[in-house]
Amino acid sequence: MEVDIRLAAERLRQEEATRGAAQLVTPGDTVTGDGGFMRGHGTYKDGENLVASVAGFVRRINRLISVQPLKARYNGEIGDVVIGRVIEVQQKRWKVDTCSRLHSLLMLSSVNLPGGEQRRKTQEDELAMRSYLEEGDLISAEVQNIFSDGSLSLHTRSLKYGKLSQGVMVAVPSNLVLRRKNHFHDLPCGATVILGNNGYIWICATAVGEDGGAGTGGYVQNLERVPLPEREVISRLRNCILALAGSWMMLYDTSILYAFEASSKFQARDLLKPEVMAEVADLTRKRLDLEAAE
Amino acid sequence: MCAYMWAPPFSAVSTMELLSDQGLRVDGRRAHELRNVECRLGVFGRADGSAYLEQGNTRVLATVYGPHEARAAQRRHDVASINCQYRQAVFSGWERGRRAGGGGDRRAQELGALLQNTLESVVLVELYPRSQIDVYVQVLQADGGTYATCVNAATLALIDAGVALRDYVCACSASVLRDQPLVDLNSLETSGAPELTAALLPRSGRLPLLEMSQRFHVDKLGELLDVAETACRDVHTILNRAVRRHVSARSSEK
Repeated sequence: MEVDIRLAAERLRQEEATRGAAQLVTPGDTVTGDGGFMRGHGTYKDGENLVASVAGFVRRINRLISVQPLKARYNGEIGDVVIGRVIEVQQKRWKVDTCSRLHSLLMLSSVNLPGGEQRRKTQEDELAMRSYLEEGDLISAEVQNIFSDGSLSLHTRSLKYGKLSQGVMVAVPSNLVLRRKNHFHDLPCGATVILGNNGYIWICATAVGEDGGAGTGGYVQNLERVPLPEREVISRLRNCILALAGSWMMLYDTSILYAFEASSKFQARDLLKPEVMAEVADLTRKRLDLEAAE
Repeated sequence: MCAYMWAPPFSAVSTMELLSDQGLRVDGRRAHELRNVECRLGVFGRADGSAYLEQGNTRVLATVYGPHEARAAQRRHDVASINCQYRQAVFSGWERGRRAGGGGDRRAQELGALLQNTLESVVLVELYPRSQIDVYVQVLQADGGTYATCVNAATLALIDAGVALRDYVCACSASVLRDQPLVDLNSLETSGAPELTAALLPRSGRLPLLEMSQRFHVDKLGELLDVAETACRDVHTILNRAVRRHVSARSSEK
């Protein structure tokens, strides 16, 4: 049996001590005493003063002041791509867990059923809802609307979205997923990554052919055996994403790809060791910094 | 007739000097000094927020889950409900199974409810309608001031979870011995003197919690409260430094 013995080590971080002008505040700190500013997320008014309610860095956009915490529950915005898990089937709707403050809703009227977009939803569809999506299924969807209590209404009215079949889901803090134009990436290493804005990330083998994988919004799952090399790529990607998240680095296609390339000198399972994770993240950070400097 | 009576290992309290003539306490502190505080944020990966706090030999773990969808019984349409559970490990006290706080399960329930009241005064609950925030505190080692340590640990865990707070809530215990006010009692002192636990919101100076284990003379109360408030502000300084260190080490700009 292989035994791995390591010393407990405090991870050294070569961080710049100060990060420009960004102001670090903790709950109860006065951000500004000037009454001319608007109150954003993470702040509250105490008389004239604007006071922080979370620990994080102050962001100022014109007259709007907000404080962003390190991690918090996902705050949905319309148009966001999310990954969610169906937890309940109700009358005409599914309840979906999206790591948000409240459960999200997926209405029967905002999904594409087999048979095309124009198809009308009948009584039979309502009865057969569980045959399309049942408890425990993972889906990718888009935020269609936000209800007044803050819960999200989702839709899957595009072929991109729908039920996910074989792959790996990783949960990271939602703040770490960078908002981009595109959240579906076919990486050159042979895997498809869906970066949900809610911090859930889906990794699966890139589909070949016109019908299959994440590209179809179908309700048919492709349960064929995934070959070993592809499974290795998927698990390596998963470990790379966890390494980046562990070092609190932003996640987007380039950073994930660079981490994947930096990890090539290690075995996929070694990427679970803390010092290897730190090194992969460090190499990625250096490469990104180098590119930003150019 | 059973002649055996359980006696704590510190049964010699009355003869032992809790406060020496030189003004030193049993563990060598001065009257106004806190015990050594060690803390870490984000100790668990799966919880939304977590913290580990040591005050002297009192060690507490706190975890926060939420805000998440509330159970139907707990759901309130306009604000979040806070659900607190206080647990003390069987190995935490002087003798296995015999909890240092005494009273067992009933006491734990009472402290959970007390913690819930304290936290409700500080969490901006109106931001999270229909949600629920679960706070679990687990005492690993009890050496006096457990409740105060739990409040401090819960505050750190809530900050780690990114829950909106009006302010920190910092707690500390205090007592008076031979006309000398003491702060942050350890378990030897707790058994020899009455104990007052106070929680403070440093910004507004409000006291959301004041609990006494025994009676004090009313003349002493004012002085005792002043001392407790100063101690709570000291705790705030220490916790604030830890939070700042935690956040600045993890700052990420893309």
